[in-house]
Amino acid sequence: MTTPRDFRQPALALNLTEAIAQRVTRPWTLMEVCGGQTHSILRYGLDRLLPEGVELLHGPGCPVCVTPSEGIDRAIALALQPQTIMTSFGDMLRVRGSSTDLLSARAEGGDVRALLSPLEALRIAAENPKKEVVFFAVGFETTAPSTAMAVAEAKRLKIENFSLLVRHVRVAPAMEALLLDPLSRMDGFLAAGHVATVMGTLELNDIAHRHQIPIIVTGFEPIDLLGGIHQCLSYLEEGRSGVVNAYRRAVKEEGNIPAQTLIKEVFDVIDLAWRGLGLIPNGGYCLSPAFRDYDADVRFSLGPQQADLHSACRSGDVLRGIIKPDLCPAFGTSCTPEHPLGATMVSGEGACAAYFHYRG
Amino acid sequence: MCLAVPGQIQSLLESKDAPTTARVVFGGMTTDVSLAFTPEATVGDYVIVHAGCAIALLDEVEALETLEAFRALSKGAT
Repeated sequence: MTTPRDFRQPALALNLTEAIAQRVTRPWTLMEVCGGQTHSILRYGLDRLLPEGVELLHGPGCPVCVTPSEGIDRAIALALQPQTIMTSFGDMLRVRGSSTDLLSARAEGGDVRALLSPLEALRIAAENPKKEVVFFAVGFETTAPSTAMAVAEAKRLKIENFSLLVRHVRVAPAMEALLLDPLSRMDGFLAAGHVATVMGTLELNDIAHRHQIPIIVTGFEPIDLLGGIHQCLSYLEEGRSGVVNAYRRAVKEEGNIPAQTLIKEVFDVIDLAWRGLGLIPNGGYCLSPAFRDYDADVRFSLGPQQADLHSACRSGDVLRGIIKPDLCPAFGTSCTPEHPLGATMVSGEGACAAYFHYRG
Repeated sequence: MCLAVPGQIQSLLESKDAPTTARVVFGGMTTDVSLAFTPEATVGDYVIVHAGCAIALLDEVEALETLEAFRALSKGAT
């Protein structure tokens, strides 16, 4: 039985590094989309093993980093409501909205609870019938199935004191938007492996074809990443475009059909403004009409959305791959993990946090 | 949020009223996970888990083939 360690073998990693060096004849720029991939690359120093001229851009695949700050503001407002339990993934608690964060709301007396799953939030709702339980539903298509299941179960079991503050984001539209951005300079993508386990690889075909680029669906271990990088560079050297599944042990071309079916039933696709990136067409989910009763935005009449404020934080440029974290003037000075300015420093998956921990 | 490491199913907790839940081990941590999206998964299997749900069952044959493919292309480098 293979284990993750098989995909960390140093000898194989070095062999792949040599293969990459021999394959490359000119400079190339690749973007790895997922924050988990960024962390693995920095933790194992994979970017430093690549030949001169091959550059990795760190993409916006950090869901905590791109969750719109108005969503955080609304979560905070709900947390401070009486008889309300605000539940969220733990890594959202320290991310500042336009002024403060959920952890501060807890310090002010809000009932804020960190959970691993929206299914736990549903249990809390069942156990606290006199309170309103809200789950802050963020994340990519990897977490959307779980949110969908929680609200479908709420409906089935008629648990009415439960609602979702939905700010799920969709990766493929963001890749499309990055490719359309004139400042973008990626030649190819390492696509997010776990999003692909849910969504499959077919939605990426259209992007690869229209933009004539290689998209390699890649895992998270060093061997996976080096293998994916080699595959991407091979395609570029040969002038080829298209999608390659280099994470076949976890990703099927059709993806996870039960998860996709439930996502389609529970959610509608909407345009959504990502923090730091602006409006991404088709970039988010909202609850479909059949589940609108469980929509916290509707239930609590939270008012119109407000635009994000500007600050010294350059998360947006980091998420687009325009600058590396250490080129931000605030990096390591006014912005550190202890006092982060933006979500890319707070989040465990953020590129700035990764640079601080592994390169600081 | 992102558990990139797969967990192994230690035991199943069947319920007549709800989808199957499994006890899954990740390194030192054990957690209960819904198998609603991976109904074919069983004890001993490795799964990818996000937000309390297994979203993929790891395919051992593909894992071995991937390792072999990576070894082969790196051998071509010598």
